[in-house]
Amino acid sequence: MSQTRSDSDATLESFNPDEKLEFRQGTPLWVLVVKWALIALVMATALYIATRLAAEGYWLMVVLTAFVGLAILVVYAGKGLIPLKYLLPGVLLMLALQIWPLVYTVSISFTNYGSGHLGTKEQAIVAVEANSVRQVEGSARYQLNIAVPDGQDPATGDLTYLLTDPEGTFLAGDLDGTTELDPETVETNPAGRILSAEGYQTLSATEVNERSQDLADFAVPTEEGGIKQIGLSEAFIGEPTLVYDEASDTITDTASGRVFVADDEIGNFVPEDGVGRPLAQGWRVNVGFDNYVSALTDPTLRSGLFNTLVWNFVFAAVSVVSTFLLGMFLALLFNDPRLRGKGLYRSLLILPYALPIYVTAMVWASMFNTDFGLINELTGLSINWLGDPFWAKVAILVTNLWLGFPYMFIVCTGALQAIPTDVKEAAAIDGAGPLRTIWSVIMPLLLVAVGPLLIASFAFNFNNFGLIFLMTEGGPFVGGQSQIGSTDLLITLAYRLAIGGTTPNFGFASAVSVFIFILVALISYQGFKRTAALEDVN
Amino acid sequence: MSSTPQDPTDTALADAPLEAGSGGRTPTPGKPRGSVWWRHALALLALAFALFPIVFIVSSAFNNAGTLSTSSLLPSNIGVENFNDLFSDSARPYWTWFRNSLIICGVATVATLFLGASAAYAFSRLRWTGRRGGLLFILLVQMFPALLAFVALFITFANVGNVLPAIGLNTLAGLLLVYLGGAMGSNIWLLKGYFDTVPRELDEAAKIDGSSHARIFFTITLRLVTPILATVAILAFVGLWGEFLLASIFLTSADNQTLAVGLYATRQADQNRYFGQFVAGALIASIPVVLVYLALQKQLVGGLTQGSVK
Repeated sequence: MSQTRSDSDATLESFNPDEKLEFRQGTPLWVLVVKWALIALVMATALYIATRLAAEGYWLMVVLTAFVGLAILVVYAGKGLIPLKYLLPGVLLMLALQIWPLVYTVSISFTNYGSGHLGTKEQAIVAVEANSVRQVEGSARYQLNIAVPDGQDPATGDLTYLLTDPEGTFLAGDLDGTTELDPETVETNPAGRILSAEGYQTLSATEVNERSQDLADFAVPTEEGGIKQIGLSEAFIGEPTLVYDEASDTITDTASGRVFVADDEIGNFVPEDGVGRPLAQGWRVNVGFDNYVSALTDPTLRSGLFNTLVWNFVFAAVSVVSTFLLGMFLALLFNDPRLRGKGLYRSLLILPYALPIYVTAMVWASMFNTDFGLINELTGLSINWLGDPFWAKVAILVTNLWLGFPYMFIVCTGALQAIPTDVKEAAAIDGAGPLRTIWSVIMPLLLVAVGPLLIASFAFNFNNFGLIFLMTEGGPFVGGQSQIGSTDLLITLAYRLAIGGTTPNFGFASAVSVFIFILVALISYQGFKRTAALEDVN
Repeated sequence: MSSTPQDPTDTALADAPLEAGSGGRTPTPGKPRGSVWWRHALALLALAFALFPIVFIVSSAFNNAGTLSTSSLLPSNIGVENFNDLFSDSARPYWTWFRNSLIICGVATVATLFLGASAAYAFSRLRWTGRRGGLLFILLVQMFPALLAFVALFITFANVGNVLPAIGLNTLAGLLLVYLGGAMGSNIWLLKGYFDTVPRELDEAAKIDGSSHARIFFTITLRLVTPILATVAILAFVGLWGEFLLASIFLTSADNQTLAVGLYATRQADQNRYFGQFVAGALIASIPVVLVYLALQKQLVGGLTQGSVK
């Protein structure tokens, strides 16, 4: 090829890739078959998803699915749009699973989405009424079993009552009301209590116990009021004591006569007289910047968040600096041609970095155990490492030093090899001693080379969820609260707010996440500014 | 050096240290030959720091008493009791976790390679409007990995599960999908840089011979970029093998969990009593990645110095 290079270059310049050449090879048949089979498969999947979505009433999603399916067909069935053929799958996945969650997070941060504010106002009203049912004289009793729909997790799935009414009819009841079950698909005990039903997964006693809090607020709405459990195997149907009046948009307690007014600002029914607490079941509303404002004005939250933020920066900065210094020191140490066995040393030094981060975090957490841990045993100390706010931070930083220095060692070794020897020789001729050479010549060159990696490492550690969560779960918690721990990063805090606790607050957790986005953007901006890389994109 | 990853000499430089191995370079002439014993002494100190937790893991794993309180740096009551407990514990199906981890990391790695290589091909080989903007946009998006949006992912997939139970929460397929969200972009920089170094003349020649773009991609380009594919594969596999946050949100029932989540649950059950079992499981879980690191040091180091952080 190289001999005819100039010829072929000339040919290439006049060559128009869009021109169809006569001697074009035909595509093999099997390739065509595979291609169309794949297209058909994707279309069938899209159709299936669309029908499922339609059945559940998500019409916007149906349209979106149809649009995506059409796009795939247009891109792959025709001969043009070649770049899209290579990009479409990745782009679709990126849009749906990376960009959309980011956008959605921002939008959730402006709502009160969370425990007690999960659904719409209508759902909240139904839930309030169903939940307020009281047993009245002669109200019917049902045999009860508790289940979740098949395929859902017993710990979080939609609770369902499997009911046998006094006439022996089988019902499945959830938040939307009851549906009759086909007796053929139901298995019962002699008393008529449903033991299993097709499409449902009954909960064990332990699982029921774990969800007792959810069950306390759960009732199945019916025409007359609601069905609510008494004990584990019985339920009653009763009349609501809280009744909604559409005209005035209020709920009245028929027993006490108290009136609760709908407050669409906060998504709750609040007592008309302003005394007492709002009703537990509220709905999801847009609260504007409330989540952000409360983070800045609520004294406990504000000081907690401020401490978290400071520690978040300290943790990332100290981690980067400490790992870099140790890694650079070792790289300089090994950068001597007379030292033998470097290969072995390097292979062994890389091991801490090779371990999965969860193993490292949990093993070090065990080693820092006060009573049985290796660290106290070896040093003869009896420090309560993970139980004391200060020592917990030390423990985390030591662990991160251990797990991170091999990376810096590798990176620095590579950068050192790239520093030309004549620079060092010039320094020596100018009379610089070894330390002076390192400080004034090698260090600056090294920093230029690894600077962007240090920023990348900072950005990574800034959200190093695994290490913190697996070592301390953000704790220890001081001051009698369990919201914000001493070693919490913003991301572990958001995790606890959203998923870790018993009363999730998705809205506030999202606001914390948005805060993380902004900080990450600022850090990345610094990183980008320092690399000329982007200018080289051609 | 990593600031210009598309420079082909970059990888070579990054690889150099480990290739250099036990020092084949000639010492600077004129420099006095001093003693190096103090370097060995400091190196041994560093090794001690690097290795004592690993020694602790191994000796605790083979400590028959199996609790944290009886563990120490040097094993006392050696045996494989912990491993027997680990493999026979019906509440904690270790090999199922191992299999789940392998499935997720394996499938996600293959998909990452395919999506990444396709995108790199489009950005490096094809000429189209919006190419530069598209690449910059993808790079920008990579600053915000999906795991930062875990709240939205959790809520979204809880809803998805109601419509399509096969990919909802607590399914491997759902977690896999989430991992694929960043698959195209996460290594695009590394891949495109390498693709750019493959001579374009080869493509052009094949094009003149009448090969379609797909044929060029699958039969020519992909073969020439195998080294970078290997690097990306290792980075993806190792990264996913250690992923905890999303896995712990998604996989709640024991049979669906990965090693990371399962071992966390094991240790949480009782930090002292189950320590032996946990550490034995952690040891086995570490072996695949440690082997990958040791066997493919050269390739990995190339990738690591290009700006990928675990």
